[in-house]
Amino acid sequence: MTGGDAGGRLVRPFTLTGGRTRPSRADFTLITTVTACDPQPDRAARPQPEHLRILRLCARPVAVAEVAARLDLPVSVVVILLSDLVEADRITARPPHPVNLATPDLDLLQKVRDGLGRL
Amino acid sequence: MAGSDRAAPAPTASPRPTARSAAPDAVKILIAGGFGVGKTTMVGSVSEIAPLRTEEPLTAAGLDIDDLAGIEEKRATTVALDFGRITITRDLVLYLFGTPGQQRFWFMWNDLAIGALGAVVLVDVRRPESSFAAIDFFERRGIPFVVGVNGFHGRHPYPAAEIREALALPDHVQVLLCDARERTSSRDVLIALIDQLIDAATGAAAS
Repeated sequence: MTGGDAGGRLVRPFTLTGGRTRPSRADFTLITTVTACDPQPDRAARPQPEHLRILRLCARPVAVAEVAARLDLPVSVVVILLSDLVEADRITARPPHPVNLATPDLDLLQKVRDGLGRL
Repeated sequence: MAGSDRAAPAPTASPRPTARSAAPDAVKILIAGGFGVGKTTMVGSVSEIAPLRTEEPLTAAGLDIDDLAGIEEKRATTVALDFGRITITRDLVLYLFGTPGQQRFWFMWNDLAIGALGAVVLVDVRRPESSFAAIDFFERRGIPFVVGVNGFHGRHPYPAAEIREALALPDHVQVLLCDARERTSSRDVLIALIDQLIDAATGAAAS
């Protein structure tokens, strides 16, 4: 668990978002996969340092939760920064596989089972 | 909530197709149970990466606030999520999320539970009551789960049947004795969950 020194760090990240506490897009989940666009749009304004850190992280597809963990930032902050990047056409966001408990996807379940069996 | 729309078939569910990216499909399973029952241990034993942690200030995660006035006073109140990853195939990734153990953080679970394939409820044989609330949570929401009985130092003083009875579990919920420290043991619990989901799906299709 965390020590007391973690407290300040968890508030200050919102300064990275210009004080915004909500993303402009509400559709990021913990396992939404984000990927940096390649090539990056060159017309756009130079990204800020935190945006650049995210862009480096998602040079390969990576989940939102993983971006947050690796940047040591709350997910609520990261999704705001990710929204900025989506709007600047710098990243794409892929929603998670839709799961409908009433109509399970047998092919998917079998794939997961096979994959676990190989572990 | 997304999963409860039982009439709607899946194909049109994805709101924003981003086909041009090579991003894999992502699914998740929750690892739940009482505080200190071994959730992060289980995540870590099967994950291909060392478990990652995110910490969320509760004011931002749980409350509907527009400004940050007063957040300084609440900064120590955070909720931590530990998670891991298993690459199933090149285009399918499974994430495992250890849910926060403390009951007062459970409002987080609703968000977490949306879109989950199912859950593993870990039970500590020395204090099974610490996982009652997790079992209730998934039962009430109709989220499929299996119970993994995590032995203390790998020891299992009670047979699974006895634990099933003590937890008053319905027949379709599997109870497995496990050792969350062991990769194969944790993997087998996950496989049991998937098998249970497959059984339920094929059973439902046959009837």
